[in-house]
Amino acid sequence: MSSSPPATGTRPMTRIRVNGVEHSVALAPDRHLLYVLREELGLTGTKYGCGEGECGACKVLVDGVAVRACQTPLGEVVGRSVTTIEGLAHGEVLHPVQQAFVEAGAFQCGFCTPGMIIAAASLLARNPTPSDAEARAALDGNLCRCGGYLRILDAVHRASVLLSETRGPPP
Amino acid sequence: MSPRAGVVPFDLLPPGERPYFDHFGNGLVVVLPAQRPGPSGWGSGGPPHGGAWIHLGEDGKARAFTGKVEVGQGTRTALSLVVAEELRLPLTSVELTMGDTDVCPWDMGTFGSRSMPDAAQHLRTTGTAARGFLVNLAASRLGVSPAEVDLAGGRVRARGKPEAQSIPYGELVKGLRRLEFVPPDTRPGPASGWTQAGHPAGDVAAREVVTGFRRYTSDLHLPGMLHGKVLFPPTYGAKLRRVDLSPAKALPGVVALHQGDLVAVAAPFLPTAVAAVKAIRAEWEPTAQPSENEIVDYLRHHPVEGEDFWDVIHHEAGNVADARASAATSLSETYTTAYIAHAPLETHAVLASWDDGRLTVRMGTQTPFRARDALSDALGIPPAKVHIIVPPTGSGFGGKHASELAAAAALLAKAAGHPVRITFSREEEFAQAYLRPLAVIDIRSAVTEDGTLSAWEFHVLNAGSAAARIPYRVPNQKIDNQPTDSPLAQASYRALAATANNFARESHVDEIAARLGADPVAYRLRHLADDRLAAVLRAVAERAGWDARPSAPGGRPDGDGRGIAVGLEKGGRVATFAEVRVDEGRRLEVLRLVTGYECGAIVHPTNLASQVEGGAVMALGGALYEAIHFEGGRILNPRFSEYRVPRFHDIPPIEVLLLDRPDLPSQGGGETPLIAVAPAIANAIYDATGRRLRSLPLTPEGTVP
Repeated sequence: MSSSPPATGTRPMTRIRVNGVEHSVALAPDRHLLYVLREELGLTGTKYGCGEGECGACKVLVDGVAVRACQTPLGEVVGRSVTTIEGLAHGEVLHPVQQAFVEAGAFQCGFCTPGMIIAAASLLARNPTPSDAEARAALDGNLCRCGGYLRILDAVHRASVLLSETRGPPP
Repeated sequence: MSPRAGVVPFDLLPPGERPYFDHFGNGLVVVLPAQRPGPSGWGSGGPPHGGAWIHLGEDGKARAFTGKVEVGQGTRTALSLVVAEELRLPLTSVELTMGDTDVCPWDMGTFGSRSMPDAAQHLRTTGTAARGFLVNLAASRLGVSPAEVDLAGGRVRARGKPEAQSIPYGELVKGLRRLEFVPPDTRPGPASGWTQAGHPAGDVAAREVVTGFRRYTSDLHLPGMLHGKVLFPPTYGAKLRRVDLSPAKALPGVVALHQGDLVAVAAPFLPTAVAAVKAIRAEWEPTAQPSENEIVDYLRHHPVEGEDFWDVIHHEAGNVADARASAATSLSETYTTAYIAHAPLETHAVLASWDDGRLTVRMGTQTPFRARDALSDALGIPPAKVHIIVPPTGSGFGGKHASELAAAAALLAKAAGHPVRITFSREEEFAQAYLRPLAVIDIRSAVTEDGTLSAWEFHVLNAGSAAARIPYRVPNQKIDNQPTDSPLAQASYRALAATANNFARESHVDEIAARLGADPVAYRLRHLADDRLAAVLRAVAERAGWDARPSAPGGRPDGDGRGIAVGLEKGGRVATFAEVRVDEGRRLEVLRLVTGYECGAIVHPTNLASQVEGGAVMALGGALYEAIHFEGGRILNPRFSEYRVPRFHDIPPIEVLLLDRPDLPSQGGGETPLIAVAPAIANAIYDATGRRLRSLPLTPEGTVP
């Protein structure tokens, strides 16, 4: 997680929008989104797993698309909308992907879960009924060291059904 | 003086003097006063004070306490279920405190698959006794005999009376500050009568996990907290000759210390700490270190005395030399496994803070009480001045037993006068955390004219003795293990030696069956000395649709093969079936795995199935491609981009078959389900190709060599 320290007098400030809230943060070329989310905004649901973009534990949605926050320079999200795992549910109502992970028992230690849920939400937003192969391909950048992959795939398919129920039948 | 300074951990006080009610409020406390040895004898010679306790409060909740910890293996829910079961409470009325050294019973650590046979049994016993005291309280309140009291859903009533006349537990214990001990004759009821335990259940922490609000140690922050970094030697065994901290201290807000072997820094921001540790000028003197290509010879020439990860065994029966001399066929082969990394997704994390001379460390550890003792030694303070809290932990797999990082954070926090958190980078996790030992196993076997196994010599180097004993009938046996002076840091790992020893044995038995032209399942059943294991093997063969035939030396024309393996360890019985395809380019594909597992009465079937399935995935990595590479005392592949672990595209269909035995004591399920995967795949590769692979990982390049 290499990133330079936050706000000093000499650094330019910028505003980023996270979970619908505007934050003022220091901008520098080597500052990555993961560091700012976790250490400055206190949004620790997004995890550090490797710092090299290999594990997917740090995935967040940027304009609805999953990106690896550890590989995303802060400048790239200025003017865009960032959603972290904490911003996915509507109040007490879980997002269908979160609900599906609960129902499928799709976690053990739970550390990869936020990144998995974000990756799955991103996939389902552009492909509401992925095949098993499509789901595996979309999530292949996310590691679950506990080995819960098959349950996670089950959760993705459950989420697909839950989402179609919320949307209702096509007109 | 701060009120925290005078706290004495419960386990360091006699049971009768612990301030249960000051901590948890009025109610009934029931204490299991002595650590009882588990069925294996583990835990005997344990501590003098309590093994489990439960507080029933005026709010109707049961607060149960165990020294075990949750690192993703699902025991929080499993142990809560047995408490709910014995107390006839809804699961939501149970609060389980795990691994907090101030209030939990002493425990040696969460390893060796002991949470079900020990902790669950202790909590069941304590819960059963607590229910008895509740019944007595209810009987006198209701004016009936204890035999006429019914308990359900956290309420009591006189038998035959309507629900409206029932009383909640909370009201029964109102105003009480009553301490009771578990009567020595307390025996929990049979598992066959369970209505909550033994049935499917979701994880109690599910909601906070999926919302991202669950706080792991690496997520925690305290006011004024600094980020710490430790300076590690560039190579194993390098000695620090000279160090200059001044360039680090010149950076803003940096505290740097050099004490004994420890050189470490702390800074208000993580990037500053990283820069500071890099800025330290240190001179190291390397020591000669063996490299990977010479490691087997090196270990053979560096035996050491004493224990390793399990008991050292020297088991002998009959006379192997005579049996080999008169044998019709004999075989001699060597099997090896690699050093591999735990690679928990949450790297090691510790957060140390001081309050009036008392140290609190929040850390992802599997051994909190051992950590308390280690920190007491390292800091020269009494154990009572150390408090370990174990937050949710992003997996462990046996990799989180050490305390050095906590000691570093504690020393930095003391020097800085601020709390200090240290979190390993991924590279540090690979290079500085200890590894699973490499194993070298020599087997010599013999069979008689009619194919009966007659001699079995099994010698394991460096990995330990778990699962070294043979579950087959062999009249002449010699089994031993030899600890060695491993050049790489090595220690506990999920199913550590059992994976290696089972791989060697089950590969070798397959080699014998192939040599004799025998069907691998039939040959095993002919010799299996354990009926429960035979039952698991039969069940898996049936589910898999086992095609009974010998494996041919030339492999199969279509490149499709199937293999099987069994294992018996830590009270669990496992069999795994593997189906593979090896294409014309020798590329291996695992097409299907079936694992059957029996571990007595199943406490939490949802979680056990998840453990068996996840265990198969983890075992797949070690079987096929995981290996730490090293040269000159340096780890060469300390990144996920260089150390391959299983990913989505690697996972074959995995079928899990759970055999429930409510008539037998519950055993663990986190380890033994892994141990038949590698040999089943190796045996399937032989069946497909006629190539016998005797080293793990089997196909590091993806192809059959």
